[in-house]
Amino acid sequence: MLMKKKSFKLLLISLLAISMFLVGCSSKTNNESSGKKEPASGNSSKKDTLVYGRGGDSTSLDPITTTEGEAFKVTENIYETLLQYGEQDTTVNPGLAEKWEVSPDGLTYTFHLRQGVKFHDGTDFNADAVVFNFDRWMNGDSDKFPYYTMFGGYKKDEGHVIKEVKALDANTVQFVLKRPQAPFLKNLAMSPFGIASPTAVKKWGDDFRSHPVGTGPFKFVEWKQNDTITLEKNPDYWQKGLPKLNKVIFRVIPENTARLNALANGEIDVMDGLNNSDEATVKSNNKLQVIERPSMNVGYIGLTTTRKPFDNKLVRQAINYAIDKKAIIDAFYGGKALPAVNPMPPSIEGYDKDIQPYPYDLEKAKALLKEAGYEKGFSIDLWAMPVARPYMPEAQKVAEVIQESLSKIGVKAKIQSVEWATYLDKAAKGEFDMFMLGWTGDNGDPDNFLYTLLDKDSIGSNNYSYYSNDALHDVLIKAQTETDQAKRNDLYKKAQEIIHDDAPWVPLVHSTPLLAASKDVVNYLPHPTGSEALTKVDFK
Amino acid sequence: MFTYTVRRLFSLIPVLFGMTLVVFGIIHAIPGNPAQVILGQRATKEAIAVLSKQLGLDRPWYIQYVDYLNKLLHGDLGTSLRTRGPINHEVWPFLAATIELTVVAMVIAIIIGVNAGIISAWFSKSWFDYVAMVLALIGVSLPIFWLGLMMQWGFANELGWLPTTGRENVRDPVSAITNLYLIDTLIQGRFDQFGTVIKHLILPSFALATIPMAIIARMTRATMLEVMRSDYVRTARAKGLRMFWVVYKHSLKNAVIPVLTVIGLQTGLLLGGAILTETIFGWPGIGRYLYDAIGYRDYPVIQSGILIIAAIFVLINLIVDLLYVVVDPRIKYTK
Repeated sequence: MLMKKKSFKLLLISLLAISMFLVGCSSKTNNESSGKKEPASGNSSKKDTLVYGRGGDSTSLDPITTTEGEAFKVTENIYETLLQYGEQDTTVNPGLAEKWEVSPDGLTYTFHLRQGVKFHDGTDFNADAVVFNFDRWMNGDSDKFPYYTMFGGYKKDEGHVIKEVKALDANTVQFVLKRPQAPFLKNLAMSPFGIASPTAVKKWGDDFRSHPVGTGPFKFVEWKQNDTITLEKNPDYWQKGLPKLNKVIFRVIPENTARLNALANGEIDVMDGLNNSDEATVKSNNKLQVIERPSMNVGYIGLTTTRKPFDNKLVRQAINYAIDKKAIIDAFYGGKALPAVNPMPPSIEGYDKDIQPYPYDLEKAKALLKEAGYEKGFSIDLWAMPVARPYMPEAQKVAEVIQESLSKIGVKAKIQSVEWATYLDKAAKGEFDMFMLGWTGDNGDPDNFLYTLLDKDSIGSNNYSYYSNDALHDVLIKAQTETDQAKRNDLYKKAQEIIHDDAPWVPLVHSTPLLAASKDVVNYLPHPTGSEALTKVDFK
Repeated sequence: MFTYTVRRLFSLIPVLFGMTLVVFGIIHAIPGNPAQVILGQRATKEAIAVLSKQLGLDRPWYIQYVDYLNKLLHGDLGTSLRTRGPINHEVWPFLAATIELTVVAMVIAIIIGVNAGIISAWFSKSWFDYVAMVLALIGVSLPIFWLGLMMQWGFANELGWLPTTGRENVRDPVSAITNLYLIDTLIQGRFDQFGTVIKHLILPSFALATIPMAIIARMTRATMLEVMRSDYVRTARAKGLRMFWVVYKHSLKNAVIPVLTVIGLQTGLLLGGAILTETIFGWPGIGRYLYDAIGYRDYPVIQSGILIIAAIFVLINLIVDLLYVVVDPRIKYTK
C-alpha cells in the first residue's frame, strides 16, 4: 500500500513535470512568434511579399499547355500577351504590341511591337519571338496546346484561320488570315497566348512547363508542387516603377474554411474562392476586406433536348416558368448574383436586353404541361454537380430547391450526383435528363458562350443539352466572320431570341465570385476572366 | 533471421504484383475518360479522341497493363497524365511530406497512447482510467475534419500560438534537400527554421495522431491489465520491487507485442489515409497527390502511388515482425 502511494506521488510529479514542459514549450513558441513579428515590421517599413492562397495547384507554368484556370492565375504574372484586356473588363488594349492596324477586309493584322522589352533570361522580345511562338503553337495539336483551337484548329486543319505569321521587320509582325475571325483580337489577349522566350523554350523542351520565361512583371523562382509557387519582381520590367511588390507566393490550401483561417491568421494576404456564406465573417473582421470579381459566367440547368419529355419545347418552357431564381440567389449566393435571362452575362457586348425573362409562374407552367400532354406530370432525374464552382457554390442545395419547385407542377425529380470526372463524361454523352452546369467566359466574346455552349457543332463537347437548331447555327456561323460590330450584335440578338424561345436551358444565375484579403492590400483588381496580373497590387 | 527477412522480402513480389492487377482493374472499370478530364470542359470530341490515342488509352486494357508492368520492371513509374512530369521524380517531395507528418504523429500517438494505457491499467478503475478511456473513445470517433478546423481556430486564430496550415513559413521558405524539412533545416543549421517547421507540424500531427493514439491506449490498457494479473508480476511485487519498475519494465515487455502490431498497422494506415488531414492543413503530401490524381483519372499516378503505399505498408509490417524478436527473445524465426 505504501508502495502504491509512493508510486502515485511519482506519477503526480511526472505529470506535473510534463505539464510544466508543455507550458514552457507553448510560451516559448509564443515568444518566438511575437519576437519574429517585431523585427519583420521594424526592419522594413513596408510589407512587399504577397501570399495568395488558392484551392488548387497549377498543372503547368507554360500557359498554352493547359486549360486550367489555376494555371493562368500564375502565368498571367510571368508572361504578357500581344494585346491586353482592360483592367476589369474584356476590352482590347495595347500589350506587347503598342498599336495595330487591320485591313478593311479583316484579313491582315499588322502589329507594331513595344521596343526595348526583354525576356527574363535577358534575350530580346521582338517580331521573331512572336513568330516563333505562333509557329510552335500552330504546329502542335489539341493535346499539347489545347487553347490554340480558339484560332479554329491547327496548321493542318481546314478550320485554322491563320494563314501565316511573318516578321516585317524587327518590331513589326503581320498576321494574314484565311477568312475574317471576329474575336481575333480578343483571342490574342487570352492568358494562354503569353509570349515565351524562344531561347528558353528551345533550351528546356518539354520541361519548359516548369521553367517559364516571359516578359511579365514577375520572374519565376521556385515551384514546390501542391504547395507553393514563388515569383519575384522583374527588375527590368518595361513599365517603370512597376510591379509594386517584391515577391508573390501562390500557396495551395484546398479547404475553403482552412484558407480563411490562414488569412485571418496573417499567413496569407489574399484568398481566392471565398464562400458566399463566409462573407459576413470576413466583413465582421476589421483586419480583412471582401473583394468582388466582376462576373463573366453563367450557371444553368440543362434540359437534354433529345430525351423525353424534354424533346418537347412546351415542357422545357414550363420548367423555365417553374423555377424561382430569386429565391435561389437570396438563399445560396448571398444575394450576390444576377438572375440569368440569356445564356451569356449582360457585361458581354451583343447581350439582348429586350428579352423578357420567363417569370416564376406555376399556373402558366402547369398550363404548358397540360398543353404538351403531361397534365399528370412525369418523373425525371435531376443531376447536381458534385463540386463547387463560382457559378454554382452549393449545387446539392440548389437542386433541392428546384426539386421542391418542380413538385408543385407535378414533376417528380430525383436528385442524383456522381464524381466530377464521370459527371462531365456522362453530360457530354447526353445521358442526363436535367442537369446543373455552368461556364466562365474565356475572352468576353458572345461566340465563346452561344456557339461554344449551344451550337449543334458543340454537341459531344460543351453542348450538353444536345440542342440543335439549324437557323441558330446559320446565325452563329455568320456572326463568327462578321467584322462590323453593329451587324454582329444584331446577329447575336437574333440568336438569343431563338434560344430563349426554344429554351434548351433554364439560365439560372450570373454570379459574383468573391475574394478576401487583408485590409492593407490595395489596388487588387480582379479580372472577370479569373486571372489577373498583380502588377499594381501593393500594401498600404 | 536473415533468411527469414530475405524470404519475407521475396514474398513482397507476389503481393505487389497482385496490387498492380487489382488497382489497374478497378481504375479502368470506373467510368470517366482521362482525356476528357485533362482537356476539361472546353474539349471538343476530336481533341478527346486525339488525346486518348496519344495517351494510349484507345488500346485494349491488357496491352496497357503489360506496357505498364514492363515499364515498372525497368524502374519507371510512368508519367503523370496531368502534369506530364515523370512520377519517379515527382513523387518524392509528396512522400517525404507525408512521412514527416506520419512519423511525428506516430511518435506523439505512441508516447501518449502507451503511457495513457499503462497508467490506466496500473490504476484501473481510478478517475484517470475513466477519463483516459472516455477521451480515447472520443479520439476514435472525432471527425478529423471538424477537429482540424477547431484546432486551427483555437490555437492559431484565437491564441495565435501556431500557424494554421502548411509546412513552413512561405515568406522564409526552407530550401529542400531531402524534402524532410526537419532534417533539411538541421543540415543547413537553420535552427530558426527548424523551430518554424516544428510549429507547423504540431496541429496536423496531433490531429492525425488522435485515432492511433486512442487505439494504442486502449490496446495497451487491455494487454497490460492481463499481464499485471499474471503470477510473475505478483511475485515481483511480493519481492518488494518498486511498482514503477514492475509496470514499466517487467509487465510492459510482455504486453508490448500486440501493441507493436497495432502501431505497425496504424503507421501504414496513416501513410495512405492522411488525405483529410492533408487537405485541411494544406499539407502537400501523398494522400492529396493521389486524391487529385483520382479526380483527374491520372491512371499512372494512381497506380504508382498506391503501389508505393502498399510497398511501404508491407515493409512496415515486416519491420514490426522483426521487432518482435528484439522485444521478446522467445520468438525465433527459423529458416
